[in-house]
Amino acid sequence: MNFSLTKEQEFVRKMVESFAETEVEPIAADIDKEHRFPTETVEKMARYGLLGIPFPTQYGGAGADHISYAITVEELSRKCASTGVICSAHTSLCCWPIFNWGNEEQKMKYLPDLLSGRKLGAFGLTEPGAGTDASGQQTRAEYDPETDTYVLNGSKVFITNGGYAETFVVMAMTDKSKGNHGISAFIVEKGDEGFSIGKTEDKLGICASSTTELIMVDCRIPADRRLGKEGEGFKVAMSTLDGGRIGIASQALGIAQGALDVTIEYMKARKQFGKSLSKFQALQFMVAEMECKIQAARLLVYRAADMKDKHIPYGPYAAMAKLFAAETAMEVTTKCVQLHGGYGYTKDYPVERMMRDAKITEIYEGTSEVQKMVIAASVLGK
Amino acid sequence: MAFRILVCAKQVPDTNEITINPETGTLQRDGVPSILNPDDANALEQALMIKDQYDDVEVTVITMGPPQAEAMVYECIAMGADAGIIVSDRAVGGSDTWATSNACKAAIDKYVAENGDYDLIFAGRQAIDGDTAQVGPQIAEKLDIPQVTYVEEFKLAEDRKSVEVKRQLEDGYDLIEVQLPCMLTCIKELNAPRYMSIGRIYADKDIKIWNADDINVDRNIVGLKASPTNVFKSFTPAPKEPGIKLVGDTEKDLAKALLINLKKKHAI
Repeated sequence: MNFSLTKEQEFVRKMVESFAETEVEPIAADIDKEHRFPTETVEKMARYGLLGIPFPTQYGGAGADHISYAITVEELSRKCASTGVICSAHTSLCCWPIFNWGNEEQKMKYLPDLLSGRKLGAFGLTEPGAGTDASGQQTRAEYDPETDTYVLNGSKVFITNGGYAETFVVMAMTDKSKGNHGISAFIVEKGDEGFSIGKTEDKLGICASSTTELIMVDCRIPADRRLGKEGEGFKVAMSTLDGGRIGIASQALGIAQGALDVTIEYMKARKQFGKSLSKFQALQFMVAEMECKIQAARLLVYRAADMKDKHIPYGPYAAMAKLFAAETAMEVTTKCVQLHGGYGYTKDYPVERMMRDAKITEIYEGTSEVQKMVIAASVLGK
Repeated sequence: MAFRILVCAKQVPDTNEITINPETGTLQRDGVPSILNPDDANALEQALMIKDQYDDVEVTVITMGPPQAEAMVYECIAMGADAGIIVSDRAVGGSDTWATSNACKAAIDKYVAENGDYDLIFAGRQAIDGDTAQVGPQIAEKLDIPQVTYVEEFKLAEDRKSVEVKRQLEDGYDLIEVQLPCMLTCIKELNAPRYMSIGRIYADKDIKIWNADDINVDRNIVGLKASPTNVFKSFTPAPKEPGIKLVGDTEKDLAKALLINLKKKHAI
């Protein structure tokens, strides 16, 4: 058993930490307040290879591993959870399914632009009536043999990066009678006829990330945009979400660590009853508990990432990592606001933003309840 | 033929984290992280900017230090340098600036013998641990090439045979055109160093470690014993007091006030 990071992983942490301090932290409060997608940061992330981390260099990736990817999302999210999820959704939910399920032509066509960050990616599964129960898909894709095309009709909601992505991996029913086995995956491009971006959500947290609706009205795309075989869409989606959970768990971990970082600083500086908050044992115990949970979450997250790198089935581990890291993020940020007292409730300090941002990690890419279903099934059998 | 750039860099303790033992006057280095010397990062950035502009540029980082300096060279390559050379040997340990520049000169001679002539050498103005600003200029003297220190702006001529640089002075600047090859020592105003990239972190690294035999240096001119410098004392200098601002309604009043001040200080 080896609990040390490799030299490369250490350097990735050093690099992203410094990048996040200089490029992400200074604007984090502003972009949250203005609900502004940080295009300028995304361009810089692209320049330094942060948008193609765990993919081979032959497709334009950085040739790194999933632990380095987890570290990247963690370090970005430590300063700004919105920036973290831009990287996570792009990498895990769009680049990965194309890399894993795409044929060679599809990979060569889409990955170089995505992994270099010239184009941003997004993923469309959730629908107004199909959230946790993905099988309730209403979006239809009908094959037209005459033109060798599919015609997509329907809409997707809560799509991360929606407003800024140019490549979308979208699920649609090709055979309603088969339930989950009737779902297929497709690559839809911005600019496809009949494809448009709908409403942008006004959210509680991760306000600088773009969350939109996708609308497809007689959206006709060539049949070679189908990802995997017809009917394999549910497998594409579920395997994608397994990996995505490592990204979101990393985001949650970063949020928790970021909140604890600023709280420790505050506790040392803030004096009440003639001594620093850090000298009160009751508060020290809160810090000890938070530190334990963050460290435990980190072990779970890196473990899941390591398993993915080693091609060991990791689904339940990703679910445990996400469940635990998300609940840790919510608990830690709530306590950090408490430790800041009245100041913590204001926007003069970053902890209220972190608390708002933490909540989504218990919801998206599978709610905490869904993670428990996955974990329980792995323990008890289906 | 390649356009070869050498960058002299040093791994230094992060002085933001360092303290001086008030009793012994020595640096307390234990547990202090080591970093790429900040001015050297500017030197490397300038070399990489030239590499971005032309396809045939090879950037090699040269350093002297303990084997741990490999981490710094690794970082330089992850930022974009092509290769790195570490001169590391107990025989060169404890060198002052004179002895260090002797070792570096010998290493550069070996580099030239193996790779061909260099076109440019960049170094940082000074390292934050020693603050001497001597090694770059000394290397240039020993290589017998022109040097410009305190470079804050840089422009390579189109024929790449000369450069035009702006040299920062305390009360102004010099604009200097200099023929290549030359040594330029860089300051932080020159540029903003880039980050490492993830792809470069994972790429193969060409890092060579040379000992005193490899660089064929006379052992009488390197190392602690050969170093003429003795450190008498290290201390944290007291911050400089702010200057005096004279205020007055007329130029005559101001001149008078200035005169009184100068006389008080026996300056005139």
